[in-house]
Formats: sequence, structure tokens, C-alpha cells
Amino acid sequence: MAQEPILSARGLVKRYGRVTALDNADFDLYPGEILAVIGDNGAGKSSMIKAISGAITPDEGEIRLEGRPVTFRSPIEARKAGIETVYQNLALSPALSIADNMFLGREIRKPGIMGSVLRKLDRGAMEKFARDKLSELGLMTIQNINQAVETLSGGQRQGVAVARAAAFGSKVIILDEPTAALGVKESRRVLELILDVRRRGIPIVLISHNMPHVFEVADRIHIHRLGRRLTVINPKDYTMSDAVAFMTGAKAPSEAVAA
Amino acid sequence: MSETTTASQPPQGSQPPQGSQPAQEFEKVLTGSSTQVASFDTHDKTPIQKFQHFLHGSPSAVPLIVLVISVAVFGVLLGGKFFSAFTLTLILQQVAITGIVGAAQTLVILTAGIDLSVGAIMVLTSVVMGQFTFRYGLPPSLAVLCGFACGALCGYINGILVARMKLPPFIVTLGMWQIVLASNFLYSANETIRSQDISAQAPLLQLFGENLRLGNAVLTYGVVAMVLLVAVLWYVLNHTAWGRHVYAVGDDPDAAELAGVNVKRMLVSIYTLSGLICALAGWTLIGRIGSVSPTAGQFANIESITAVVIGGISLFGGRGSILGMLFGALIVGVFSLGLRLVGTDPQWTYLLIGVLIISAVAIDQWIRKVAG
Repeated sequence: MAQEPILSARGLVKRYGRVTALDNADFDLYPGEILAVIGDNGAGKSSMIKAISGAITPDEGEIRLEGRPVTFRSPIEARKAGIETVYQNLALSPALSIADNMFLGREIRKPGIMGSVLRKLDRGAMEKFARDKLSELGLMTIQNINQAVETLSGGQRQGVAVARAAAFGSKVIILDEPTAALGVKESRRVLELILDVRRRGIPIVLISHNMPHVFEVADRIHIHRLGRRLTVINPKDYTMSDAVAFMTGAKAPSEAVAA
Repeated sequence: MSETTTASQPPQGSQPPQGSQPAQEFEKVLTGSSTQVASFDTHDKTPIQKFQHFLHGSPSAVPLIVLVISVAVFGVLLGGKFFSAFTLTLILQQVAITGIVGAAQTLVILTAGIDLSVGAIMVLTSVVMGQFTFRYGLPPSLAVLCGFACGALCGYINGILVARMKLPPFIVTLGMWQIVLASNFLYSANETIRSQDISAQAPLLQLFGENLRLGNAVLTYGVVAMVLLVAVLWYVLNHTAWGRHVYAVGDDPDAAELAGVNVKRMLVSIYTLSGLICALAGWTLIGRIGSVSPTAGQFANIESITAVVIGGISLFGGRGSILGMLFGALIVGVFSLGLRLVGTDPQWTYLLIGVLIISAVAIDQWIRKVAG
């Protein structure tokens, strides 16, 4: 590929005591693509994703965002750099409203003295923005932007979390198992959301165990095995059983395929 | 299945599949399924369910209803004796201290913590204000500031132990309660500063005992301070980012952290603010009892927790309104004064308050089920 990767990692190492979770792992994400990351349980894909989203700091290795080396000490720093992550547990506060959740940690204050001295939140602006973002992603079944997140269904909550990431993620969006807890219909909505976000030009990293979903939406598939990148395949050239064979070690990839 | 499905995929990247064209084999049947998505069926809800949703949305409604009913019942039982401006403002005076300490308690309980040291911090700060004036001869205004600094420091230590050392708030504040109370007795040498001396030499310390009279209504500055404090905290909790973060931290600290809230800094600031509010309560306490006594305010921590719980603030954090705490404190005030005027054994007050506490928590659990 002629393009420069927007987000890349080289030689990441992370050890937990005597366990090596990441063993010289590499990672590349190109602009505008959906990169799926698959791997067996314990292959180290979560550790790698946590390293690039700032939740853990790798012991060795280098992460580059748009060619510049970066080090994230917390998810907040990664977020400031433009990398938004939707965690498996969604990181939503159940008792707060949809609008409050979308703006948690980056609230908009009223202009003028009300905002600067009395630090009053601009509820109107936040609600409008939240409503716009949710309808942009086709989540208009939510009627009241002020209802508590805990009164939403699982799929709607997922939608709010994805909408939050899509609204603020300027460079990269990472989705960790976005369809794991959802029904067939709700999964479909989330997959459409993912494609919708890509259409707007933001690259996505998708971690999933669901092979049909991965093969449906991914442009490239990063297969993680034993703490490192085994290979990257194009879903058009391989079958799901090939991918499963690679990630479980039943079959070795013929050559180092770089899509 | 995998072979055929992959082969039938539309070319990726150029044309992503639309929602109407199921991409997976098992999703083909979805076209025949109901197209209704998550409709909000507000029509076929029973009145009880509607009530439950209403309470979920406005957590201070229950204590307000109980307060109105109890005022009405005592009004009917006692007539003009209860419904006089004097009696009603007397209730406010009696709950001023509980209300202020309860405000501090509310902040901590909203983070799913509990502060058992609030009463002790209140007494220590009142002793600091008194002793700094009379033992060291500091100007009263400076002594008051020292009292506030002392309250903030106690709260800050609580916050550091809870947030940085990750100790359970119950244990931290249980220990702090003993430490602060013992320091209070050691420092003051169990010595009371008499009311006459204070009013002669440092009337500023008794500021909150001053009152405004409107006919028979007597409003002390302590009552005004409580109402203002609750109003300001209500604004802060509902209309500032800091306030929303208090709720987020209490609701789910991990989610709040991932969403970008600095949970540790929030906890430290909440406990510090709680200590500061306790110092305000300490100053008000001098106004209320006139003297500075190291043995005053023994039950403030239990009373504040009672007000918070009856006020419908969840002990599990993240739910409830500070207005509920104020209503809770007033309910206790109405019950104790009303029952005294009726002429029953004061033990009935404690018995009924006990019933109220348990009912409040039971109602809280029921309201929570709206989510499940």
C-alpha cells in the first residue's frame, strides 16, 4: 500500500510478571479502512488494543500516530490525540442521561459570565449535539435525550457508546467486541453504524470473535497469535476456516501476506 | 456455511451492504420480522409503573410527599399550635446543623462512600475557632479561617486515604472519627468556652445564632446558611461539569475513568469540600449552642446519614438529589417536634424514624427496578 499508516506500532512488548502478553507485536492501521483484529483467547489482542488506546503502557516498542511517535499514559491522553475507544463494558454511567454521558469529561459550558464564573453547563447545546449525532447514525428510536442510559436496551446503549466515539474520534475509533452482547437485529444495526463511520472517512479497529461479522465489514484482518501479529489477510482471498486455522495454529500462513 | 457466505459477499470497501439487504445467511429471515424497533410503550403502563418512572426521574419526590403528609397530619392533630410561624421556623432552627452536615454527607454518599467523621470534624473545627481566639488571642475572623482550614485538611486526609490508598470509606472515616474526636478532647483539654465570654469578646463566632424576625417567624442566620448552602450545592451538582462528575464517579467509577473523568482527583476534592462544609457546621454550632463545647454535636454523623437516607439518596452512589436530604432532615424535625407537642414518649420519635429509614431504602430498591 502506498499510503502511510495513520496508526502503527512496532515491537510492542508487555510482560505481566512472568507472562509475556505482547511479544514484539506490530500493528498497522491505514486511513479509511476497517481493520479487524482476531485471535484466540489469550493471544494478546486485548493487551495490544489497550496499549494503543492508552489503557496500559507497553514495556518496549513504539507507537506512531500519523508518523509521529506518541506515548499515552492514560485513555484520556489517547482520546485527546484523537483515538476514541468503545470498551466492551461501554463505559457509560447508567444513572446519567444520554446527553450527559456523551459529554462526560468534555462538557460544554455556557458562553459569557454564566460559563466562566458560574461554570454553568450549556444543556441546550449539548442536547442538540447529542440528538444530531444520534440521528446522524440512525438512532432516532431514542425519543428523549434526557432519559437515563439504564432505561435503554442493550443495542441502544451500544449505539450511544458508538455515537459518542464517532462524534469525537477525529483520527481512529477502536471498537472492542461491539456485537458480543447483542441480538441478531441489534448486531446488524451496529454493523451498519460501523460502515457508516467508515464512509465518513474515519478508520476503525474492530476486535471481534464473530467471524461472519469480521468477514463482512473488514477490509483487512489482523490475526494475532502468541503475543504477536501472525499475518494480515484480505478477507476476499481467504475463508473463515482459513482464518480460524491461522489463529489457532492449525495451519501456517503460506507467506507473510501484507495486504 | 462459511465458504458460501464469504463468496456471496459484496465487494468490500466500495459498496457497504445496506440495512435492507441482510449480509448473513441467517439474517435473511429478518426481512419478514417485525420492523418495530424499541418503541416506548407509554400507553400500556399501569399507574403504578408510571409512578415508578416518575420517582426514578425525580428522586426527591418521595421525601417531599412524606414531608407534606407529615406536616398535614400534625397540623390536623395539633391545629394552630403546630401551624404557627414560630413552630415551623423552630423546626428549621432545629434542623439547621443536621442540614449543613447532611449536605457534606450527601456529597460523599453520592460517590458511594460514607463519612462517619463529619460530626467529629464539625466539633473539632468549632473548638479550633474558639480556642484560637481565646487561647492564642487571634482575631476571631482569622480563627474562623483556621477552623475552615482544619476542616478542609481533615477532609483532604480522608480523600487521599480513600482515593490514593484505595481504603474503604467506611473504615477510613471510622478511624478518622476516633482520631478527630480524640484530638478534639486532647487539644481542648475538655474545656468549654462560656457563652458570655464569646459574646463579650468574639461575637463573630456566634454570628449564625443571630436572627431575623418576621412577626412570629424566627430565622437564624444558621437556617439561612443551610438553605443557601443546599441551593448552591443543588446548582453545582446539576449544572456544572464537576457536579455531573460526582454522580458519574458514584455510579460507576470504572466507566467514569474510561470516559475521561479523573476519579481520584474528584474523590479528593469531594472529601475536602465535605470537610469544609463541616467547618461551616462547626461555626453554626457555636451560634446554635452559644458556647464552644468539645462534647457538643455527638449525634451529628448519625443524624446526617438519617437525613440523607430518608431523603432518598442511594447509599450505593450516583442517585438522589440534595433537595431530598433537606426534606429528609425536615421530616425528622417535624416528627420530633410534632410528637413532642402531641405529648408522646420521645422514644416514639426514634421508633418512627427507624421505620422511615427502612422504608426509604426499600423504596429506593423498588425505584431501581425500573432499569431492570
